[in-house]
Amino acid sequence: MAEIELKNVQKSYGKVKVIHGIDWQIKDGEFVVIVGPSGCGKSTLLRMIAGLESITGGDISIAGRVVNKLEPAERDIAMVFQNYALYPHMTVRKNMAYGLKIKKIPADEIERRVAHAAEILELTDYLDRAPKALSGGQRQRVAMGRAIVREPSVFLFDEPLSNLDAKLRVQMRLEIKKLQADLGITSVYVTHDQVEAMTLGHRLAVLNGGYVEQLGTPIEIYEKPATMFVAGFIGSPSMNLMKVTIGQEGAQAMLPDGSGINLPLARSELAGKSVVLGIRPEHFDIGTPENHHLNLSVGVVEQLGADTLVHGLIGDNPVAVVARFEGVQKFAPGQALPLQIPADAIHLFDSETEKRL
Amino acid sequence: MIENRPFVTVLAHLTLILGVAIVAFPIWITFVAATHDALRMTQVPLPLLPGDQFFVNLKTVLFEGVGGENATPVWLMMTNSLIMAMMIAVGKIAISLLSAFAIVYFRFPFRMGFFWMIFITLMLPVEVRIFPTFAVVANLNMLNSYWGMTVPLIASATATFMFRQVFLTIPDEMLEAARVDGAGPMRFFWDILVPLSRTNIAALFVILFIYGWNQYLWPLLITTDTGYFTVVMGIKQMLEAAELSPEWHLIMMTALLAMIPPIIVVLSMQKMFVKGLTETEK
Repeated sequence: MAEIELKNVQKSYGKVKVIHGIDWQIKDGEFVVIVGPSGCGKSTLLRMIAGLESITGGDISIAGRVVNKLEPAERDIAMVFQNYALYPHMTVRKNMAYGLKIKKIPADEIERRVAHAAEILELTDYLDRAPKALSGGQRQRVAMGRAIVREPSVFLFDEPLSNLDAKLRVQMRLEIKKLQADLGITSVYVTHDQVEAMTLGHRLAVLNGGYVEQLGTPIEIYEKPATMFVAGFIGSPSMNLMKVTIGQEGAQAMLPDGSGINLPLARSELAGKSVVLGIRPEHFDIGTPENHHLNLSVGVVEQLGADTLVHGLIGDNPVAVVARFEGVQKFAPGQALPLQIPADAIHLFDSETEKRL
Repeated sequence: MIENRPFVTVLAHLTLILGVAIVAFPIWITFVAATHDALRMTQVPLPLLPGDQFFVNLKTVLFEGVGGENATPVWLMMTNSLIMAMMIAVGKIAISLLSAFAIVYFRFPFRMGFFWMIFITLMLPVEVRIFPTFAVVANLNMLNSYWGMTVPLIASATATFMFRQVFLTIPDEMLEAARVDGAGPMRFFWDILVPLSRTNIAALFVILFIYGWNQYLWPLLITTDTGYFTVVMGIKQMLEAAELSPEWHLIMMTALLAMIPPIIVVLSMQKMFVKGLTETEK
């Protein structure tokens, strides 16, 4: 049980800076997810916490102890790797026990912990098999078992589900969430999958280019993305972003097709400015030919069963827009679809700083 | 290719039988010669069927040796060969494993430089550097010793290179998982790397054992004491035995005996050998 504290943590490879000073506190027992596009530094950050990667500047503390110079084994952490990294020549039991054996923990205690972890993970019948003889999901479980038996103060997960097929991924996602809630061990989880990001953690950090773009609960991030990057990254399909001009009184935004839309609150400070308006695909309402904000010229329609995605263009200077409606809806390509935008679904971003307005 | 044409089947068998015959016939002749007495071996035509002197010859060769009074018995030569081959095979594997481990898993100045230095020695087998190596061994007082026979042959670029390639196929996460588990470098080496390279070690052992067993020039040069003679050089010296005509039945028996250890090694490690050279998945 421990909190993790990052103080101005930096990493550079030679002159290339990949992590630009991250300040962050993770509370005891908290489940934090780091999400971002590939190459954003999320795995590097996790590996720095694990001690597999040295840090160039700043301090990392685990349970109030600065661990900058400590070996991974001395940090009281356990890590689950993307490709599981099980030792292929050892049985499941030996894989789990290896770390404990090195720590010189008494054999009966090792036996007890392994049996306990195997029970939690439903691996009891597989303890004497080699990893080769297990399915992907079971290997994943062994990797977690190896983490659990260490009884660490921190769990680190490095994209642990990305090698599994879609169905197993959903199942394991639930299991990880449940396991973390049961054990109450502080966890940091890295992923590029936004469903995992939204569902797993208490808090979510969106990383981009070595900076934390936003840190908050998943719903905060969904409802109030701090930057255009976060807006586009979280949510699927991603948020529609279009350039608009704010009207003279700051009460209206002029859409690309010339129509105006009322803002929920008048923003007189933005009057006359050109900003970026964002709206999530799922927030569009279908309007009527007389009463609408946008006329979407329908392109491709994707029927997903539970909902329908409509891809289309708006305006004379066409902007691509995606709208998502519940249930099965019939739209013909080429059709003009009138759309309404509820005022409270509008997000405004500065077109230069890309920050939320 | 799966075909069901009788003619092709017959042709395939003929080709294979011919191939086996070409390889096996000289061995058969060796065996036959080893079962006759000295007299029969001087008569023409040479026998093609085994005689009844096999055990007599075996006893003579093993315990008395070939070439008169002060000949080295073959059991001693076989033992010397075995010690030499084992020391070379085990030594080469141990040194190569460790150097490959250093080159792949440690960052130290001139790492690649050292690697290429090792690699370049591929171009310098014992035969090329024989005089300087002899001088070194002589100055170290290692003439007529097992160390002198083996140490100069132990450094191996091929094996180092092979283990380097094997280690490179082991995913980095394996090392990281071991580090998280608290395994230090040597622990990782023994608990993870060596077991994972098991089949490669076996394959290499087969190759290196035969290489060691068949050493001729180097032991010939380094040993003058008959107690250190190896069987491969022994056979050659039996041919030159004094002014007598060569005792073919005994020489052939020695040759036959000299063939056995490599055969045992190959047969017993065949499965691992093939796995070690073909298996890529770790």
